[in-house]
Amino acid sequence: MAACRLVSWCLTVFTLLFLFCYRITVATDEIEVCTSRFWFNYRHVANTLSVYRSVKRLGIPDSHIVLMLADDMACNHRNPKPATVFSHKNMELNVYGDDVEVDYRGYEVTVENFLRVLTGRFPPSTPRSKRLLSDDRSNILIYMTVPLISNSFCRYNELLFIIDTCQGASMYERFYSPNVMALASSQVGEDSLSHQPDLAIGVHLMDRYTFYLLEFLEDIHPASQANMNDLFKVCPKSLCVSTPGHRIDLFQRNPRSVLITDFFGSVRKVEITTEPVKLIPNISEKDEKLTEEVMLTEPQKYVEQMPVAEIIHQIYFGTFERYWIGKFHGVSRISPEVRISKPYQTILFGGSVYKNSYRRGLSRGE
Amino acid sequence: MASHRLGVAVFVLVATAILAAESEPNQVESEQLQDVGGSPDAVFSDAEGGFKTGDGASETVPGQAETPPHPVETGQADSAGRRVSIEVGSDRVEEPVADEELENLQAEFDLQDAPQQSEPVPTPRDHFAEELVIRPLLSGDIYTSFQFRTRWDTDLHRGKKVSHYRLFPKSLGQVISKFSVRELHISFTQGFWRTAQWGQPLLSAPPGAELWVWFQDSVADVDGAWRELTSVLSGIFCASLNFIDSTNTVQPSASFKPMGLGNVTEQRFLRYAVLPREIVCTENLTPWKKLLPCESQAGLAVLLKSEKLFHSSYHSQAVHIRPVCKDSACRETSWELSQTLGIVFDLHASGQSKREWSLFKMFSRTLTEPCPLASSSKVYVDVTDNPQGEELFDLSPAVSLQTQAVVLGDRRTFTVYDLLTPEPYGPTRSLNILLKWRQQVSVDMQRPVLHTERYVSGYGLQTGEINTLLYNSHPFRAFPVLLMETVPWYLRLYIHTLTVQSKGKENKPSYIHYLPSKDRQRPHLLEMLVQLPPHSVTKVTVQFERALLKWTEYTPDPNHGFYVSSSVVSAMVPSVVAMDTNSTEGRPLFTTLFHSTEESSYFMRVYSEPLLVNLPTPDFSMPYNVICLTSTVVAVGYGSLYNLLTRTFQVEEPSGGLTKRLANVIRRLRGVPAL
Repeated sequence: MAACRLVSWCLTVFTLLFLFCYRITVATDEIEVCTSRFWFNYRHVANTLSVYRSVKRLGIPDSHIVLMLADDMACNHRNPKPATVFSHKNMELNVYGDDVEVDYRGYEVTVENFLRVLTGRFPPSTPRSKRLLSDDRSNILIYMTVPLISNSFCRYNELLFIIDTCQGASMYERFYSPNVMALASSQVGEDSLSHQPDLAIGVHLMDRYTFYLLEFLEDIHPASQANMNDLFKVCPKSLCVSTPGHRIDLFQRNPRSVLITDFFGSVRKVEITTEPVKLIPNISEKDEKLTEEVMLTEPQKYVEQMPVAEIIHQIYFGTFERYWIGKFHGVSRISPEVRISKPYQTILFGGSVYKNSYRRGLSRGE
Repeated sequence: MASHRLGVAVFVLVATAILAAESEPNQVESEQLQDVGGSPDAVFSDAEGGFKTGDGASETVPGQAETPPHPVETGQADSAGRRVSIEVGSDRVEEPVADEELENLQAEFDLQDAPQQSEPVPTPRDHFAEELVIRPLLSGDIYTSFQFRTRWDTDLHRGKKVSHYRLFPKSLGQVISKFSVRELHISFTQGFWRTAQWGQPLLSAPPGAELWVWFQDSVADVDGAWRELTSVLSGIFCASLNFIDSTNTVQPSASFKPMGLGNVTEQRFLRYAVLPREIVCTENLTPWKKLLPCESQAGLAVLLKSEKLFHSSYHSQAVHIRPVCKDSACRETSWELSQTLGIVFDLHASGQSKREWSLFKMFSRTLTEPCPLASSSKVYVDVTDNPQGEELFDLSPAVSLQTQAVVLGDRRTFTVYDLLTPEPYGPTRSLNILLKWRQQVSVDMQRPVLHTERYVSGYGLQTGEINTLLYNSHPFRAFPVLLMETVPWYLRLYIHTLTVQSKGKENKPSYIHYLPSKDRQRPHLLEMLVQLPPHSVTKVTVQFERALLKWTEYTPDPNHGFYVSSSVVSAMVPSVVAMDTNSTEGRPLFTTLFHSTEESSYFMRVYSEPLLVNLPTPDFSMPYNVICLTSTVVAVGYGSLYNLLTRTFQVEEPSGGLTKRLANVIRRLRGVPAL
């Protein structure tokens, strides 16, 4: 059998799905106060997940998607159907799926973490799933439902920004980085409107713009030739009520020549080699050697889960210490027979409350 | 009163701080970012190095489920199913291992090709077993407990790197060897196990996420390793485990002992943390399923559909990794990975009031085949409460195979469906276990020997009291329990108010370990060994004061309250029948989690409810109110005064109003002089 190797040298496409949670700690003038926590913001999560579903369907693996969800809608106690998020009424399309991987969730979704993802500055132990592992050949799609300040970052080839929010156009007006294309669901001074209330779930399921975007993306397949001009037309004002806008002056290519799958999909090219590759196993030999070494060790034992006698006779303190502990804390109820283990010492000498008051006393004296 | 005044003062300070901070928050943030990214080059190089691995992973991922895969990939997908899962899992580990992976890849291909070239296949050194225990609870609910166990006869801590992984997930293997982990226990739980109604679970876990790890004694910087380990695990399990820091990590002195082999029990190598508010949902189950050799494609794991699993009263998934004896001589160690999943279904809540259970009703799937990689694949149904002659329920399909096992101090009888034999599948080639209750039973649930309750009492926002109740319902035996409480620093415990009372009398703990908290650095840790008298309730109370947080320390939804993690009660409970202290070989998996050394009692761990405590929360809209009020005062007060001072007053010439003009017209008509 001819061994074939999969060779992929496509442009990698990264997706950053971001649902912004506003924390009062990071207020700036540019940010509108808008929180996407809480149940009534179901549609924001549904928006984000529908784009997630589309890009995943078009071949981008989870390792290339950074998904941020500010609150748990799927397993929220108010959700009548747990572990689902629906984008269409009558519970037709479950965008949560059975194999979702959320990278940032809950309180992790902050402006700081979003900027860290964009700029790539992380604490050293940050796992790979929480980083945007892109390089200068990567296309990046950023989808947001709430506006944020822009930032310049040279870690991409081309960047597509989609913003579904009120006054969305105000967001991309400030962009100055090259090769950025931006789409917004509404102009300055306009609201972005929601779509489809569902009586069983009790909230609006989606925003209008993303609803029509999802309908458009559902028809896209990895080989489809739809281009960006089609994307600009997904939601005319008659459907959206607001006026969607886009900005292409920073972008080098003609939008007509940019395929949707450049950003939303990952098309792999496969080369088949006809020459067989010979693989030589040497695993079994290694294993035997290992076994011999291990055999020499002593028999081992399981530890007793609750060695009562051992616990009682842990480190024992004398009368002096017990006296002082009692004196400081009034632990008169703990009888002299009580064994007090070592960390009690910290109350004696290092307890923060006493240390601080002692210091305060000194400084007052000075 | 003094503290109230202090509180007001602090609010005012907070307000000024907010006003001050709001003026230039942008700069503060960018400075913070620069601080952390002090050496951006290093970070970038790391990311690039990792990127190669990620790229390698993407090669092997076949088209997504809905996508029609490429013609070439279709051929690959079946044979490379296992490999894919390894690669996907491993790409979350940050160590760049591109070369190793290639080697691994080649070895995999070789193993697949081997039979065709008719070469002898080396006997595998790893085994995989899966089992499902179904226990009807007398409350009408049903408890299903999955266990998937992978055992690997190798040493991950040897000098050379292990690069060939077969059944054991590579992502976890790399974590174990990189951080020198000796034992790792992690659980994610949604809902609370109601011990009083449901009895004891096979394996208990607190609500939220729990993580406890024993490190090897060769680790010098345990705290550093712990910090990195938590963030790596948060990536693997899609959870917010990176919120584990020094403020919620403790080193229990007695409550947790290694569950596997090992002689080192020094507590400085142990770390324990609980995140009581962690949500558990599909995104946690997905990576958990990917650790299985067959994923959810075959075997018992086909039942794991998230829509059904999360529509339940209780959901608890866990991963336990520990070194165990390879054989009864115990001269060699193996690594054991147990993945457990416990679910309690409540059919009354889901609208099907008929007391009738089936695999299809619970999981919307039936079993058709075992996992081909499994050496054992069994379904156990607990029929202890269904003795011959006075059946409470009917079980179909009926099989003759029954087994007895000692579980939690009690001898239970199980009907066994061995999925490796064709017998249980029947002519329809699918197994749908059906359990039909005969009559409306009202059997009184025997109270579990040990259970616990916890609540907060007191009023107001200044002080309160934590009450923990420990129930011993054994009629004549007393037994010792270890109670461990971890309380966050913002509840300041008054340890001198600690009381332990049983039957109205003081009960002196024979061991107390108390580590006071440090503000913003570490939590309180209180452990004590209490002897519970027979048939008694022991009440442990301790008072606390609520601290005022800094305004940045509040969560985005502070009015929800702050969670205090469950207290842990470890106990040696007297058992009804003699425990099996022999080797664990050949017994059902669920009986071998804790190794018992005594015949007369068994070890058990019980978790209490987590607490939800309200802290004094400032009104975060206060700055806005203050600005509005001040502006109003300024506008009205100062504005009118300024107006008065700067206005020039002039005597206005009377111009004559409309009435006057009318009057003059009338006067003129009358010939009288005008006004």
